[in-house]
Amino acid sequence: MNEMTTITTTLKDWETDQEVRWCPGCGDYAILKAVQRTLPQLGADPAKTVFVSGIGCSSRFPYYVESYGFHTIHGRAPAFATGMKLANPELDIWLVTGDGDGLSIGGNHLLHALRRNVNMQIMLFNNEIYGLTKGQYSPTSRLGTSSPSTPGGSVDRPVQPCAFALGVGARFVARGFDVSKNLPDVLKAAHAHKGAAFVEIFQNCIVYNKDVFHDFAAPKGAEDQQLWLQHGEPMLFANGTKGLARDVQNMTLKVVDVVDGDWEAAGVKRHDVTNRALAHMLVELPFGPFPMALGVIYDDPRPTYEDAVLDQDVKSREGKVADLGKLLSKGQTWTVSGTAADPV
Amino acid sequence: MATISAEKRPASISGQSPSPEAVVVRFAGDSGDGMQLTGGQFTLSTALAGNDLATFPDFPAEIRAPQGTLFGVSAFQINFGSSEVTTAGDAPDVLVAMNPAALKVNVQSLKPGGLIIADTGEFTKRNLDKAKYDTNPLEDDSLAKWDVLAFDISAMTLESVKEFGLGNKEALRCKNMWTLGLALWMFDRRRAPIHEWLKAKFAKKNPVLADANIAALDAGHAYGETAELSGPLRKLHVESFVQEPGVYRTVTGAEAVSLGLVAGAKLAGVDMFFGGYPITPASAILHNLVKMKEFGVTTFQAEDEIAAICAAIGASYAGKLGVTSSSGPGIALKGEAMGLAVMTELPLVIVNSQRGGPSTGLPTKTEQSDLYQAIYGRNGDAPLPVIAARSPSDAFECAIEACRIATQFMTPVMLLTDGYIGNAAEPWKVPDPEAFEPFPVKHLDAPNGADGKVEPFRRDERGVRPWIKPGTPGLMHRIGGIEKAIDTGNIDYSPAVHQSQTDARREKVENVANAIPDQDVSLGDKSGGLVVVGWGSTYGPIHQAVRRARRKGLAVSHVHVRHVWPLPKNLGELLRGYDCVLVPEMNSGQFKTVLRDQYLVDARPLNKVSGQPFAIAEIERAIEAFFDDVPGNEGGDVDPNKKQLPSVKAVNP
Repeated sequence: MNEMTTITTTLKDWETDQEVRWCPGCGDYAILKAVQRTLPQLGADPAKTVFVSGIGCSSRFPYYVESYGFHTIHGRAPAFATGMKLANPELDIWLVTGDGDGLSIGGNHLLHALRRNVNMQIMLFNNEIYGLTKGQYSPTSRLGTSSPSTPGGSVDRPVQPCAFALGVGARFVARGFDVSKNLPDVLKAAHAHKGAAFVEIFQNCIVYNKDVFHDFAAPKGAEDQQLWLQHGEPMLFANGTKGLARDVQNMTLKVVDVVDGDWEAAGVKRHDVTNRALAHMLVELPFGPFPMALGVIYDDPRPTYEDAVLDQDVKSREGKVADLGKLLSKGQTWTVSGTAADPV
Repeated sequence: MATISAEKRPASISGQSPSPEAVVVRFAGDSGDGMQLTGGQFTLSTALAGNDLATFPDFPAEIRAPQGTLFGVSAFQINFGSSEVTTAGDAPDVLVAMNPAALKVNVQSLKPGGLIIADTGEFTKRNLDKAKYDTNPLEDDSLAKWDVLAFDISAMTLESVKEFGLGNKEALRCKNMWTLGLALWMFDRRRAPIHEWLKAKFAKKNPVLADANIAALDAGHAYGETAELSGPLRKLHVESFVQEPGVYRTVTGAEAVSLGLVAGAKLAGVDMFFGGYPITPASAILHNLVKMKEFGVTTFQAEDEIAAICAAIGASYAGKLGVTSSSGPGIALKGEAMGLAVMTELPLVIVNSQRGGPSTGLPTKTEQSDLYQAIYGRNGDAPLPVIAARSPSDAFECAIEACRIATQFMTPVMLLTDGYIGNAAEPWKVPDPEAFEPFPVKHLDAPNGADGKVEPFRRDERGVRPWIKPGTPGLMHRIGGIEKAIDTGNIDYSPAVHQSQTDARREKVENVANAIPDQDVSLGDKSGGLVVVGWGSTYGPIHQAVRRARRKGLAVSHVHVRHVWPLPKNLGELLRGYDCVLVPEMNSGQFKTVLRDQYLVDARPLNKVSGQPFAIAEIERAIEAFFDDVPGNEGGDVDPNKKQLPSVKAVNP
């Protein structure tokens, strides 16, 4: 995010006159609404806001937000955003990508944008499938995913987006899902983080990978399957009857029962967004034996890339005058006097 | 930053050989011997002596190839003279060979009767074996057709730096300065500028090394005085070249491009963003620009070639002038992003320092084989202007021209140089920055459409859309790579819209032809028997070959094209004024095909793809073939040329 003067807008102000072209029932609609609902709450200025995307269903996003927008090429959105931010650090950049765009063709750029810590919000819509190319398995598809390109089931193991982000040095990692009412809060936290803020958003592809997140995202039984993390609060789920405690022997976390709300007695740990080791454990928790960890998993800012680059630029310009004539005649010169001869 | 005036010397100094018009010297040694440094300093001293000059650094792709090997030989050739010099020269008059491998790779290029200076200290059994010599060439009669001056430079260097207490290895590193000292004596050059340079170079690191190198330089110079008494070594004086009055410096193509980009951005009134990724031979531009931050330059070393151009486009979108630079393989990677810049109509300058290809090809050698890639190398109908620099100093103006067209026409522009132009140095009359016409950019600051709406793709009479910076209130809009509606830029890929926008993009680039100068004739008449048409770094050898042919009375002219896309409006008519068209290129005939396609002229190719520039003689022969009345004798390929090239047989016996 940026230090900025807040602007009063409504959700309507962030809608464009363009017809939204996602499939009916696509999770992208819910994410779009969540974003358009969040932006007025942030006091964001449409003139300073830029949505940048790559290629894929999710990457059509900028056309539907009434701000500046750049729909670029497959996988490269982080590179475009980096150039924009270095050219004008005042811009508030939201990057929209998907599991194919961000982790397959664009994995390298995502790595470097996170590692460099370019100040922007990166929303990775994870639907575990290639939608716009009609249903091939993606780098986040689960083992055995049957698709037009893997009729016998995929055999390669998926990448975990949040584990990837942490692994390459991200300083903010959060998780949400399309229809969650908590998504605006997650986005607000991402925006409040100065630096590259990575948000994985589970998104339901109604056509090619329907209900793949149903196990935890379905409203029914959600309280047992979702662990919403809050900094400083105990890591509780199932209406406070279960929690995460330290498994010291195995150096990981374990699920414990909480009796009569006495989470301390059960050994449940408080969430600490600055604890990198805890973040690593949370993103690696296998769903099933554990609930899905959602919300802000890690948030520990460091100086941003553009600040470091531009500070260095300012320092190297100090005391120097931009005299082009001097620059051109730098080094050893000699003077020729007399008349010119016809060189041919 | 000393300013030194070239002294006008008396026409001849008694006791010296008569002044030759031009001399070609090649310094060759192991890649660790510092030959490029030696050549660079010799170039500077030559320029200070008032000669016109051209250089050709020729080094291996390996940073430290195994010592003494044939493929580890690094050479630096300089041609200097008292008249205009436009090439690095065909065959050297003097070859300095620091070891057997350097001798073997280069000796066949030497003119008969030329002088070989060799360091006997390096002609050991071990080094002779590495160079695949059965017997010592300095001792058998295999070098009979040349003058040989062989002596133990290594030992003399060690002797000259003894007092500084350096280790053997460090002391031997001063060999190149000893040799340079000898060369300075031979050509009557001043030592003081080199002394100054050495002092500055080692001032912080190790002043003792400065003293040692100066001692070696002076010892080499002093040796010249004594050796002259006996043996083939003689002092040659080359008259200074009468140049246009002004302040001069030497400049390489990479320096000129960097300076031109800075000047271009300034003339446009915008800051520059440079995104690059290390690649030979383009990296020098990034290294130069990093040192010019006070001119509003921001540089970014990206994670790859694609990210470098994408970041530059992102910066252009944000209102700066985005620039990226690479060589052939990197340019190929950037292709898709160039298409996006074409589609979104954003200004961008792409510098392509061409090298031998395909694939990794010949990283440190020169070629012009990316012309098709520059003009046509993108998916879809994606035209963009292409400019080609003819020489290191010409690259300055070409870079300004690229900035002008990119910002005035909201288009990516490719600037072609090559490994030869990038690395080679020549004297450059320092231009007056005030002499260039500014072309200030105006970013849109108020709605341009009906009802106070912004229309990002509303074109002006030249077909150019406005440049709109994010951050500007009230002008929010979306752009992207999908086909877009007229004026509004909203997604629209209906048949009529795609037809119309494809036409509009093409016409806009064609319109650039209205904003560039007409094609001139570099040398000769505007009609006649033959025109030799070139582009890029072939300028020097074509110019000299045409000059020589004209002296023989042949009706030949030289046309050199800077704007290779779109072509100057009058070029077709101009070419049709000649009976024949010959196109020498360091590729397999790419510009020849473009000319045939555009004008239906019978352009004949003359092709060379050995990684070496054309020799003047090669083009001269091809010109003469048009006038020898032998049908079907025109054009063709250049044989690997022993005089010009490090002999292929020497490298691969």
